[in-house]
Amino acid sequence: MTALTILLVLVLLLVVFGLLFRLQILTSIFSGTFTRDIGMSNSVNAILMLVFLVVGGAWFAYSFVENFNKMNPPIASVHGHQMERMFWTTMTVIGIAFLITQTLLFVYSYKYQHKEGRRAYFFAHNNKIEVIWTVIPAIVMAALIFAGWKAWTRITGPAPKNSVVVEVMGKQFNWLVRYPGRDMKLGVVNYRLIDAVNEWGFDLSDKSALDDFTTNEIHVPKGVPVLIKIRSRDVLHAVYMPHFRVQMYAVPGMPTRFWFTPTMSTDEMRAKLGNPKFNYELACNQVCGGSHFAMKATLIVDEPDDYQNWYAAQQSFSEKNPEVMAASKQKAKTLVAPVAAQPEAAETAPAPLAASY
Amino acid sequence: MSDMTPKPNLSPSVEAQGGIGSAPVPATEHDDHLLHDDHHHEHHDQHWLWKYVFSQDHKVIAKQFLITGMIWAILGGTLSSLFRLQLGWPEGSMEWLTPFLGKWIQAGKLNPEFYLALVTMHGTIMVFFVLTAGLSGTFSNFLIPLQVGARDMASGFMNMLSYWFFFLSSIVMFSSLFIETGPAAAGWTIYPPLSALPQAIPGSGAGMTMWLVSMALFIVSQLLGGVNYVTTVINLRTRGMSMSKLPLTIWAFFLTAILGILSFPVLFSAALLLIFDRSFGTSFFLSDIYIAGQALSNQGGSPVLFQHLFWFLGHPEVYIVIMPAMGMVSEVLATNARKPIFGYRAMIGSLIGISLLSFVVWAHHMFVTGMNPFLGSVFMFLTLIIAVPSGVKVFNWLATLWRGNIRFTAAMLFAIGFVSLFISGGLTGIILGNATLDIQMHNTYFVVAHFHLVMGSSAFFGLFAGVYHWFPKMFGRMMDEKLGYIHFWLTFVGVYLVFMPMHYVGIAGFPRRYYAWTGFDAFSQFADLNKFISIAAIIAFLGQFIFIFNFFYSIFRGRRATQNPWNSTTLEWTTPIEPGHGNWPGEIPAVYRWPYDYSKPGSEVDFIPQNVPYSQTHSSNLPYEQDMAE
Repeated sequence: MTALTILLVLVLLLVVFGLLFRLQILTSIFSGTFTRDIGMSNSVNAILMLVFLVVGGAWFAYSFVENFNKMNPPIASVHGHQMERMFWTTMTVIGIAFLITQTLLFVYSYKYQHKEGRRAYFFAHNNKIEVIWTVIPAIVMAALIFAGWKAWTRITGPAPKNSVVVEVMGKQFNWLVRYPGRDMKLGVVNYRLIDAVNEWGFDLSDKSALDDFTTNEIHVPKGVPVLIKIRSRDVLHAVYMPHFRVQMYAVPGMPTRFWFTPTMSTDEMRAKLGNPKFNYELACNQVCGGSHFAMKATLIVDEPDDYQNWYAAQQSFSEKNPEVMAASKQKAKTLVAPVAAQPEAAETAPAPLAASY
Repeated sequence: MSDMTPKPNLSPSVEAQGGIGSAPVPATEHDDHLLHDDHHHEHHDQHWLWKYVFSQDHKVIAKQFLITGMIWAILGGTLSSLFRLQLGWPEGSMEWLTPFLGKWIQAGKLNPEFYLALVTMHGTIMVFFVLTAGLSGTFSNFLIPLQVGARDMASGFMNMLSYWFFFLSSIVMFSSLFIETGPAAAGWTIYPPLSALPQAIPGSGAGMTMWLVSMALFIVSQLLGGVNYVTTVINLRTRGMSMSKLPLTIWAFFLTAILGILSFPVLFSAALLLIFDRSFGTSFFLSDIYIAGQALSNQGGSPVLFQHLFWFLGHPEVYIVIMPAMGMVSEVLATNARKPIFGYRAMIGSLIGISLLSFVVWAHHMFVTGMNPFLGSVFMFLTLIIAVPSGVKVFNWLATLWRGNIRFTAAMLFAIGFVSLFISGGLTGIILGNATLDIQMHNTYFVVAHFHLVMGSSAFFGLFAGVYHWFPKMFGRMMDEKLGYIHFWLTFVGVYLVFMPMHYVGIAGFPRRYYAWTGFDAFSQFADLNKFISIAAIIAFLGQFIFIFNFFYSIFRGRRATQNPWNSTTLEWTTPIEPGHGNWPGEIPAVYRWPYDYSKPGSEVDFIPQNVPYSQTHSSNLPYEQDMAE
């Protein structure tokens, strides 16, 4: 029924268009304007060009200023501030180019509209001008490339030695978080060991995995470099934390990483924004399925002391899940059994294939 | 013709045509009598099926591409209206859409997986079916033979196949909309593993298979077309039509076809490998996956490899979309400003520069995929260089308008609109091409705004400019100018209202392909702006029906066109008002001059067509041209 109504409305609309159109032709025949008339509509369009430039420009400027604060949520990482400066410098450069070219485009359109008896200026080429507008943009680009390259190498370079390490693993549709525990070494995980309890696929035959602990929220200390190691266990995901200017894909089979230094604790940010419920959010930014839009994690920036206390208070995965520990011992036994006796084992043997740190 | 005319030298191309000679009608025959006889012959004998459906005439094939493209565009636009409804009113009820969408509306809400299918199909349809086949397919077919002075394409049969492969591909893609598990839903970039695993999203089942099959057929169509375009431009130019006398449209189509020929096969290989991964258990793109309670046996593949293969086509593809528009806009601007295009050679040079660079910038789509950061530096460098030839083009267009005598035809409005949108969208590319800034901007609405302006809307504007400008040649009638003006202003304002605010949302970091932003603190402040964008988008989309109406109405009821309604210099306007098979009833005109002799000092009229020899224009000849005349 609804479909029919809508269809009917559309058909009616077309009929109205049709009638209007016929009328327009008729009136134009009677008023003798049936032949193509450059005069009237040409100057109307020329004026509209100018109006578009002025009104459109004013609307753009207004809405840009109006939304400026919304589009600039506060930044909370060291490299984020550098990126921000580069962003607005680049914006200024392109803003100037935008202003000049758009103004010329619409002003020329208005100014050089058709006038009876005037002739266009036959001006086919000028190599000097071409060279000028090739070289100047090239120089500007060179400067931007250089600045971008310097920052890029610094940001993507190796993390400082004193970095705090946390690993996240994307899965449909949430983020798993683990820390290396007391030994500061992340243990081996293997996707073939994953099950409902052992979501990471901890290989507990690896000593360094024994003290790894998992959490629901990510905690990091303020003012200390943080190295986020990133994995995915099913499809592509991406770790995206706009407040920290951090983004890196989570790729199944290929661990990735990103390091940054938070500059503002969650409490400080809450105070600054006057929003006691504020939390830093980690969003998935690579389409990963139906609930992609809801795949997020919370990241809490603590003062370094609080972080130490929190870290020390965590219980390791193996302690929390003795049954996984037991099963792992059992499994380890079967895995070392002769291959001939266990034809499946060779294929599912985790050890040599597992990515280790 | 004067006796000063160089003797018509039968170039090798003519022999080549004889050699091909496979067309059932001797379309490329140069002999007058034969052609006339043949003409009569055809009209009596040819069944309508061969004349209008399985036609080998480039003009008919062009119209087939155009109309198929228009149907796809309406569909693609409708899909975008649906997901804009969702984004504008995430809490609103969609119950009323149930009659159309059936089970994809659950409890009054759009199914999130279907939302992804909508954006995927919108992207696929618009990029491939509308802006590649509909734009380049239409105008390369229509204009290449007419503007280089050829009877038809080098191979009419291959040309026909090109359309019918596209048609088949369309049928397959269209059918995929109706299957149980829904169409492909992994984004138009179909990144595996999401696109490889039906367990990950239902759209990756039969829908994805059909997507891949359709795309394979589409690539065949593109290659058949592309080989034809290149061959025709190289071999079938009329006497005197040297490469340096080609209109910029032809240069653009020519380079576009080369890009297509070189890059589409790479997408084919990517699709083939993905088919293997999906159906035959290989592991090109899959590794270490645990999904739906099961660890898969795939080992050692790399999802990033797929992205390299995809973007090796994907990036040239955006130039395949935009370059034909650039060519047509250059032509329309020069004609209606009554001025030569400024810097003809610089325009060709920048097209060539863009074409070359377009092959070495693909990884700028992958800065944060975990690719080696060193590669990121290299690709940032190469990417930002593209700004230079693009800038040259913009400055040349502006210089073309300077001191012109502008007639605002509907085509001219769209051409000016194109330049404006190309500037607005192109400039933000300088931000996205910078690897450092891309860390924040990647996959946000900033990217969506950027490419919708620079390749989406711009290419559409080029398409509109082309249709309004060459409609008289296609159908022998004029489109209504006033409706064209209304269409332009509505679309132009609409496009800016949609995509300018989208930048703001993107700068704040709102990710693309999100069914709803409401779950996130940081993104939920743009509710009003999203609603605004949605309203503007839907109105702008509905405005396109003015064009559709104008188009079909004018085919039958438009004012009759004159032979050269825009006083243009290029060869297509020397054909009869409605050129028949073979384009020129008599001999193909020879070419003596470049295509932009507008408002030449000393000339009585403000345009001198390409087929007018210098010996007839002594009063306006430049010194070196005078030498040629004597």
